[in-house]
Amino acid sequence: MGIIGSGILTGLGVTLRHFVETYIEDFKYMGKKAGVQPRMLRRQSPKAHGIVTVEYPMEKLPVPENFRYIPFLVKDDKTNEDRCTSCGICAKVCPPQCIWIARTEDPVTKRPVPAPKDFFIDSTICMNCGYCAEFCPFDAIKMNTDYEIAYYPETEHDMRLVYDKQRLSKSESFHWDIHPSVKAAELEAKAADEAKAKAAAEAAAKKAAADAAKKVAPAPAAAPVAPTAPAASAAPAPAAGGAAAAARAAAAARAAAAAKK
Amino acid sequence: MSEVTATPAKPAAKPAAPAAHGAAKPVAAAKMTPEMSAIVAKFGGAVEAAQYEGLLVTDHSKFIEIATYVRDVLKYNQLTNNTATDYIKDGVIEVVNQFTRVPQGGAPLTIKLRVPRPSGNDKTQPVPSLCPLYPGAEFQERETYDMYGVVFEGNPDLRRILMWEGFNGWPLRKDWKEAYYEGDTKPFESRWPGGDHKLAEERVPWEDNVNYPPGFDPFAFKPHPDGDIYDSMLAPSDGTVSIDNGHGVAPTLIEGLNASEMAELKTDEIIVNMGPQHPSTHGVLRMVVKLDGEKVTDLKLALGYLHRNHEKIGERNTWLHNIPYTDRLDYITGIYNEWGYVLGVERMMGLKTTDRVEYLRVITGELTRLASHFWAIGFLLNDLGAFFTPALYFITERDLIIDLLEAVTGSRMMCNYMRFGGVSRDFTSAQWAMARELAFERLPRTIDELDHFLTENEILKARSIGTGYMSADRCIAHSLTGPCLRAAGIGYDVRRADPYGFYDRFDFNIPVLYNGDVYDRYLVRVQEMRESLKIIQQALNQAETQSKVGDIQGGKKAYNHRVPAGQCYARVETPKGELGYYLVSDGNQNPYKYHIRSCSYINLNSMKEMAVGQKVADSVVILGSLDIVLGEVDR
Repeated sequence: MGIIGSGILTGLGVTLRHFVETYIEDFKYMGKKAGVQPRMLRRQSPKAHGIVTVEYPMEKLPVPENFRYIPFLVKDDKTNEDRCTSCGICAKVCPPQCIWIARTEDPVTKRPVPAPKDFFIDSTICMNCGYCAEFCPFDAIKMNTDYEIAYYPETEHDMRLVYDKQRLSKSESFHWDIHPSVKAAELEAKAADEAKAKAAAEAAAKKAAADAAKKVAPAPAAAPVAPTAPAASAAPAPAAGGAAAAARAAAAARAAAAAKK
Repeated sequence: MSEVTATPAKPAAKPAAPAAHGAAKPVAAAKMTPEMSAIVAKFGGAVEAAQYEGLLVTDHSKFIEIATYVRDVLKYNQLTNNTATDYIKDGVIEVVNQFTRVPQGGAPLTIKLRVPRPSGNDKTQPVPSLCPLYPGAEFQERETYDMYGVVFEGNPDLRRILMWEGFNGWPLRKDWKEAYYEGDTKPFESRWPGGDHKLAEERVPWEDNVNYPPGFDPFAFKPHPDGDIYDSMLAPSDGTVSIDNGHGVAPTLIEGLNASEMAELKTDEIIVNMGPQHPSTHGVLRMVVKLDGEKVTDLKLALGYLHRNHEKIGERNTWLHNIPYTDRLDYITGIYNEWGYVLGVERMMGLKTTDRVEYLRVITGELTRLASHFWAIGFLLNDLGAFFTPALYFITERDLIIDLLEAVTGSRMMCNYMRFGGVSRDFTSAQWAMARELAFERLPRTIDELDHFLTENEILKARSIGTGYMSADRCIAHSLTGPCLRAAGIGYDVRRADPYGFYDRFDFNIPVLYNGDVYDRYLVRVQEMRESLKIIQQALNQAETQSKVGDIQGGKKAYNHRVPAGQCYARVETPKGELGYYLVSDGNQNPYKYHIRSCSYINLNSMKEMAVGQKVADSVVILGSLDIVLGEVDR
């Protein structure tokens, strides 16, 4: 307990120091253009003194890689198809149940095809928890980092906040741009899958050729059916994209096996 | 640790006899502790071992006697938790009470009561209230009444507390269905059958989302006088206060005036609603204060403006779904809320965690404690009149902490970081470096600055010393926990009293001060921040010596956890006090019962006694010193 008022004066000293520090920081960056990254990042770092605010929206802080907002679907760059196989795990783990998937059926066999017909996310109830991305066995759904999705409604029932497949699908390169640390691992896994699929396709082709050689009059329709991979059998396997489809089927079978375990 | 009595996850290798398969599985009876045996020995016919845990009082007329014995002889002096469970198949509603010893700690003692389940919307037959013995039971019993319709005979103010007065039904009963009911449990069959999309607010338009009793006209509705909050406050008084809380009995004198001159100063009695939209109430809380001049002579709280029936949502969710929902309770300390919940589920499932996981939990948990205390002190100063200068300085520091949490977990406040048996992500080396910089350089410096800035400030001291005093005994009786209890001279902290995680590996103190006023609550928080820093520093150093990182996500990524049938009361020490989760599983994917012992809510129970007799401006400061978050109060 000192002199009456000394506590207040000490406190005022602290505010004065904060005030002065703000201008010292300003002088340090005076010659440089305002809003440049180093100044902004320093203001937001544990080394910051004085002023700590950022003039949003003129200055925008970079978001961390893990940052999660409304999810998006990842499209394969080569085939331009979604990685999604419409297995529905994301819809099950979603706590507010905001995901709805329309499954594709093969028009001839009526059997499900591992690709979504449509995919809806109601972003008005999405809680951005990231479970869908975390539990997806195919790395097909990821969390976006774009947080500026507000808009003025144009009609009374403006449904733009319910995202459909067209608006959810983003390219693989977009995903790798915002999540750089997973790129290498995903490319490696993809290469391994493709090699496996290629080997499988080659083996199947060899077997088919052998079968054809054995039989005098082979039935052409029966040839591509591989009895070990029922998912792949539903899809015809033309030369282009065949390896990718096989890769997807292999991944689906792997995931199904994992789910059974 | 010993409060879990779960049936084993896997039956013995020997196949069960076919007859046993058909019969209902016998439920494990509770393990008897010495205290429970003592009660059974004394009250032979009136109590028996309950299913899973605790004792069941079969003779309700003996309940008060048993509770008195528990309090006075066995020294379980605090009622920690009171709730109920609706066993609809057995046709009973079970009232659950958990008692603890303060400050000795240890596992809580559970005592249950069963009442027959009434038909329809009727209330149950009355059960004895614990309010005469444990004043802290008042709000908790009111909540149980509100949610289950259990009538507590002897509760002084048994009104609805979270729901509105005209509400029809008892929301947590298993047969109560909400508007736009979709199913008992998630995952729902299909959220949008036929692909027909509607936005959530269009699905349940206003007017269709309320369920009125038959013959009820909302426009002619007048609250029942018995249920009206103002009713008991309207009786005129002479300005004296009936509660003896140490400063309330004598009429306050203005300095320089004697008693007869005071009498000439005619003060009016008025009732003022503070809130629900008021900056000093920290959210949507309404304080109804009866004033004599400037002096508070009575105070009642109106809660529930942020009520969303979190516990019903929790019962609909799967076990995993609940983790992100707990973030929304006390949104300042999301990580700690998750921790309490996963701790309970891990104990029921018998999951083990790796060392790395425990260190990460301690580091992130203590960081949120720092963030919460920065926030609490900043806003306490707001209430004291230092409008936003200190608050913004501390929010800067908190912002650095949540920047780090954002980088690690992906979200600033709704972290969703914990998993059963693990955490979602490890720190990268850059994040680890930032954590070190915060813990070893930045935060020690700013806490020193905070101390320098405020602690000796004459205005702060003049306003807070002696304000909101509550004695240690009353604090315990009112079920107060957290910094407010420790400021009254009781060194009770769940981290030491009922340890969890790795807190036994760190060298830290539990700060205790003895005056029980607002100033000591402030000082305790400042000291706790220093202790938190010590814990984080040790955790960072110890975690670095661990060569094996191992799996931090709790094994394979399972999403359909089945928790063995059983029940558990898990508690953690959040920055606000003791946060408890009372969980009951029937072996399914969803919790059968999910109750939160919310420290903010229960701490508010003592608000009236602290504020009565003080000036109305001080009631704001007292509320600030309790440090409540309405997300957790109203749930």
